[in-house]
Amino acid sequence: MKYLCLVYLEDRKLHAVPDHECAASGAKLRADGMLLVAEALQPVETATTVRVRNGRLSVTDGPFAETKEQLAGFYLIEARDLNEAIQVASRIPPAREGSVEVRPVRELVP
Amino acid sequence: MVDALYVSDSRRVLATLIRLLGDFDAAEEALHDAFRAALEQWPREGVPANPRAWLVSTGRFKAIDAKRRGARFDAFDEDVHAKRLVVEGVAWEDGEAVEDDRLRLIFTCCHPALAPDAQVALTLREVCGLSTEEIARAFLTPAPTLAQRIVRAKAKIRDARIPYHVPAPAELPERLDAVLRVIYLVFNEGYAPSSGTAVTRHDLSGEAIRLGRLLVALLPEAEAIGLLALMLLHESRRAARTSPSGDLVLLEEQDRSQWDRALVAEGQALVERALSRPRFGVYAIQAAISAVHAEAPSAAATDWAQIVGLYDALARRDPSPVIELNRAVAVAMRDGPAAGLAIVEAILARGDLADYRQAHAARAELCRRAGRTAEARVSFERALALTRQEPERRWIEQRLRSVS
Repeated sequence: MKYLCLVYLEDRKLHAVPDHECAASGAKLRADGMLLVAEALQPVETATTVRVRNGRLSVTDGPFAETKEQLAGFYLIEARDLNEAIQVASRIPPAREGSVEVRPVRELVP
Repeated sequence: MVDALYVSDSRRVLATLIRLLGDFDAAEEALHDAFRAALEQWPREGVPANPRAWLVSTGRFKAIDAKRRGARFDAFDEDVHAKRLVVEGVAWEDGEAVEDDRLRLIFTCCHPALAPDAQVALTLREVCGLSTEEIARAFLTPAPTLAQRIVRAKAKIRDARIPYHVPAPAELPERLDAVLRVIYLVFNEGYAPSSGTAVTRHDLSGEAIRLGRLLVALLPEAEAIGLLALMLLHESRRAARTSPSGDLVLLEEQDRSQWDRALVAEGQALVERALSRPRFGVYAIQAAISAVHAEAPSAAATDWAQIVGLYDALARRDPSPVIELNRAVAVAMRDGPAAGLAIVEAILARGDLADYRQAHAARAELCRRAGRTAEARVSFERALALTRQEPERRWIEQRLRSVS
């Protein structure tokens, strides 16, 4: 089963974990067959929100959530169950600086 | 016969059906189908040699039947599902696997990925077999709110795929903590309700003790034994803890002849068992404190030095201002109110327990004993403003009158 691990960090901690450490742990998870894809994201100031309402495209600046933590990156993983997904999430380095939300992926109904 | 079997075995059958069917709702339906079939067939055909095994296999076949009839499932799903049922069915009659099923059920209901109140509700519903209405009543929560909590928890178990497993040894201490927390919370809600008019609510404490016994039977870890001991020792004082008029009676003022000696003896034996094992912790130590009280003929004749020592051990494992507060009260008993008061005032000065009613009540009581009645009055008034519990409010008011 696929789980998306969303990494949240406060602004001031976006670079608390060095890139090379994230790259190394990602390579290890990939070698263990658990990681499908992982990316870090540019800061939330670079985000754009797209909506389509009544067929009309609306584009706005950023998401407006008033939270201290922002989405900093994601890992799409393959795990047997939630317990294994939690184990994998605990190996994501920024888990010690911010938080990792583990969400099961929903298969689209054809 | 069937009714008695439902009471004694329905939770075991359910636990195994959840493993076989991989779904809480399907398992509950299968359980009821199986018992319905038993009510019809057993009077006619006689009781099977192994009624529990009969119920499990009948429930399983009823569930497969229901799946086959369900138009929502296409041939592929059904095939995969039927294969899984057959493959997993091989081990189900193995006694050990079946006992493990109850443990699996406990660990799944108390999974930390579920909201704490959902863990409690789900455990009482699935492991103890209480109805949603009974749980709602016990927690003074509207039944629809509680039902919704259980529905959400089951959906999360299914959709996030929370496994039906007993945790591996590496994860066990942490996961066991979550289970013990749920059991102790249920016990405390029965022993010292956070709100309402009664001093104790016996039904919840009884369920918690039953759960504790089951856990010790299935997984005799030091802390599980310690928690059971702690609950039994508290429970032994239930009759003495309430006056005939429904008022709260503090430990030191209780009529110790009313303590249930059988529960005390069982609790003491469990304390010794827990402390002789590796990995004993905060529950076993709290039970040991309770056991020291249990063997004392009066408050004055209690071995307060030993209690202070046990609180020190507790604070090393779990440093918390509440434990410091309890230790301070024991120090006051050992060395006099002034010594205890100095510690309580230091804790309050840090601001840690500013809104904790017991901290103000403890300061008030120690001030009263030290003859500082004006300060006692101020602290009793502060405690009174913070309490939400009727018998406690009466107790504080009575104390207030004694210092007025």
